[in-house]
Amino acid sequence: MSIWEYANPRKFMATSGALLPWVSGLAAVVLSVSLIWGFFFTPDDYRQGSTVKIIFLHVPAAIMATSVWFMMLVTSLIWIIRRHHVSVLAAKAAAPVGMVFALIGLFTGAVWGQPMWGTWWEWDPRLTAFLILFLFYLGYMALWEAVENPDAAADLTSVLCLVGTVFAVISRYALLFWNQGLHQGASLSLDAEENVADVFAYPLWTAIAGFFLLFVALVLYRTRTEIRARRLKALLQRERMA
Amino acid sequence: MPDLGAYAVEVLSAYAVTLLLLAALVVASIWKARRVLRQLREAEARREASK
Repeated sequence: MSIWEYANPRKFMATSGALLPWVSGLAAVVLSVSLIWGFFFTPDDYRQGSTVKIIFLHVPAAIMATSVWFMMLVTSLIWIIRRHHVSVLAAKAAAPVGMVFALIGLFTGAVWGQPMWGTWWEWDPRLTAFLILFLFYLGYMALWEAVENPDAAADLTSVLCLVGTVFAVISRYALLFWNQGLHQGASLSLDAEENVADVFAYPLWTAIAGFFLLFVALVLYRTRTEIRARRLKALLQRERMA
Repeated sequence: MPDLGAYAVEVLSAYAVTLLLLAALVVASIWKARRVLRQLREAEARREASK
């Protein structure tokens, strides 16, 4: 069996329809457990006090905001190279999810940064690139709505996605490129000298898994809607031409 | 409810806004899916009727 079989809308609808209840249920359980665990059952940090609880929102949302863009990059490239509609519709379906994750990352970062760093915002490379990535999400969604022809919209948004990837990469890896800014190095890396304590790491990994599962569930659900919307558009066009 | 000390506003607002945004995303996704499905069924019914 080839992965390209799922480029067939019928195959995708059948498979996603079977998977969706399980993925959605798992996402709800894992996300709920992680946030309840993080909020109610973790201690205060000796330096950050109770604000450390924001880590269970901020880190998963920020990781997912950049990861969603990378997923959109892959599906957009598949569209550009192989012209599979399901692929580009998955990118379209993912964009609002990534945008909301980016917005959560920006908001929770600001309310966490103010008491810890003494500022809501800093124009350092990582934060600036992340803000630009958020604006790219808005631009990507607006472009889909602005172009009437679906294939032309898919082409243009795919190119926009390629360009925006620069900011996703800078945002994710800015600390490796420039040794400046407010963020510290990776706290969950396997080879880091100083990792976050286990009492925070376990609920944090669970929260990352919860956000990831929520993303998968929403993208499956929203891609199904986009496939139906495409079919609806074709039917309405036929009605007008009849 | 854990004692959030001096940072209660920051922590609670972070959780409240996150949950609100995620709930809005889920509701908007469901709302759009239902609207598109209803319109698609109507269009397919018209197509069948016109055959």
